[in-house]
Amino acid sequence: MLYALKIATRYLTANKAQTALLITGVAVGVFIFIFMSALIGGLAEFILSRTVGDLSHVTIEAEDPDPSLLIAPAGHVLAVTERGRTRNATLAEAETWLPLIEAVPGVRAVSPQITGAGFLTRGAQVSQVSVTGVMPGRESAILDLDGYMVEGSARTGSGLIVLGRDLADDLALSLGQTVRLQSSGGITALLTLSGVFETGNGAMDGARAFVSLPVARTLFAMPQGVTRIEIKLDDLNAADATALRIRALTGLDAVPWTDGAEQLMEALNAQAQTGYFLKTFALITIVIGVASALMLSTYRRRPEIGIMRAMGAGRNFVVFVFVAQGALIGLMGGVMGAALGYLALLPFPSREAFEPGTLPMDITQGSYGLAITLTVIGAILASILPARAASRVDPVTAIGQ
Amino acid sequence: MSTLLEVRDLFKTYGTGEAETRVLRGLSLRLEAGEMAALLGPSGAGKSTLLTILGTLMKPTSGSYEMLDQDMISADDRALTDFRNAHIGFVFQFHNLLPDFTALENVIFPTAVREGRETPTARTRGRDLLERMGLADRIDFPTANLSGGQKQRVAVARALMNRPELVLADEPTGNLDRASAKQVMDLIGEINREEGTTFLISTHDEKIAASCRRQIEVADGVVTG
Repeated sequence: MLYALKIATRYLTANKAQTALLITGVAVGVFIFIFMSALIGGLAEFILSRTVGDLSHVTIEAEDPDPSLLIAPAGHVLAVTERGRTRNATLAEAETWLPLIEAVPGVRAVSPQITGAGFLTRGAQVSQVSVTGVMPGRESAILDLDGYMVEGSARTGSGLIVLGRDLADDLALSLGQTVRLQSSGGITALLTLSGVFETGNGAMDGARAFVSLPVARTLFAMPQGVTRIEIKLDDLNAADATALRIRALTGLDAVPWTDGAEQLMEALNAQAQTGYFLKTFALITIVIGVASALMLSTYRRRPEIGIMRAMGAGRNFVVFVFVAQGALIGLMGGVMGAALGYLALLPFPSREAFEPGTLPMDITQGSYGLAITLTVIGAILASILPARAASRVDPVTAIGQ
Repeated sequence: MSTLLEVRDLFKTYGTGEAETRVLRGLSLRLEAGEMAALLGPSGAGKSTLLTILGTLMKPTSGSYEMLDQDMISADDRALTDFRNAHIGFVFQFHNLLPDFTALENVIFPTAVREGRETPTARTRGRDLLERMGLADRIDFPTANLSGGQKQRVAVARALMNRPELVLADEPTGNLDRASAKQVMDLIGEINREEGTTFLISTHDEKIAASCRRQIEVADGVVTG
């Protein structure tokens, strides 16, 4: 078959302009494939990083105990304790679990938290807030608080509070000024504003307050344990599997971010489907282009095929000559398109540096190997029909032309 | 001399119904090994059809054909292709060389296609044949750059490459000037004498026919003399 490969190569080099045009056509198809892969992949990354990036990928929350019942000897329920409006369940042995969770592969950060509701009061101004107590030093473990700081520091500590921009503005608070925080349990603390953040999320910037875990323990009368543990993963797509693993390891109710995010997942799937369609069309264009070009070549070279057959070339030899041409066109077009795609994607910012107003292209998601492989396979498939037609050429008729 | 090939009661019909044309009508012929025979006859007599059948490129409608004691009628396409490659050479009126290849590449094609590559042995024999054809200075020339006579000599060299027992030549000099035609025929005669290769040459040229030791006349699809 080495000789058939030589014939195929000679046929391709015999008409350089036509071959170059054909390879360029294939390369354009591959370029579109790679560009779409990078765009769709980058877009998905961008959407996920914007929507889920700052969220906990796996969350463990204490389950509220069942309401207490007072049951009569006859079996009647005489009284039921009404469930409180605020969570008061705790993960009492959280500190035991933390090292275990941190050791789970793929876990990037763990943040034990005490959360609850409260009121911020400054003068006549009162605002309802959602309070999160975090371990000092782990303020940015889940939400990139450091990255969103517009004033002061994200660092929490004794007597300190970090607020969103809108909330600080509503209370007309400046750095260093004090504010009174009253928890839903009625415990009050006087805190100094040490930092202001702005995430762009209205609910976050207008109603969220961060304090240190010890401050939260005082406010919510929780001398030990936490109310939730938030976990950040290296790969947010591994949340389901990691949650299962943590659940198996600790027995705690670890919930992945995908629970309750069906709409987002559907949107991402729809986007991925669109990408598949576009890439499929690009491949179909390649296949049709290669098939039609080789069909023309088959027709043009009918007399030569007849001569080859007369000289003792079998049908399989002829098939291989044309299939090899298809494969070579696919390989050269694939490599050229992949190289062009890579070069075209180079100027775009990396996935970590997407900026508003720019296309969120991800050069690492170009699927270069896949594009080349599919193109070679597509080109080989495209060449089968012309190759079979060539192998059926009647040498008598062809030589007589 | 031993019998190289024998055909008996060959019939060949093209088309059906009103378009039916009977080209061969019970043709029988025997060729001995080492013969150099001319095939004569008017246009439409069935010469080309006979050569095509003898060359295993086409099967007759009916009749028998044996060459080298093998039945060519019942053999399948693959067997016929291999047989053709090993035992039969062709020289066509219009040389029919592969245009994108050099003279040497054309000559060694029958061997290369059998071996799956261009072996050094094949290259050596190809060069020898081209030198014998007087084309030593044209070995690596693209065939497009050769004259008509040179191309036809390359075609003769190609036909001889696999040392076939039979070479079928259909009007090999029909497209050449007198000098080139004589050169080609002299080469064919030389190879026939020296290597014992059997030649069957279809021609309208009386002089060419006269240069062959046997003349076979075909008319209306049968051998008449």
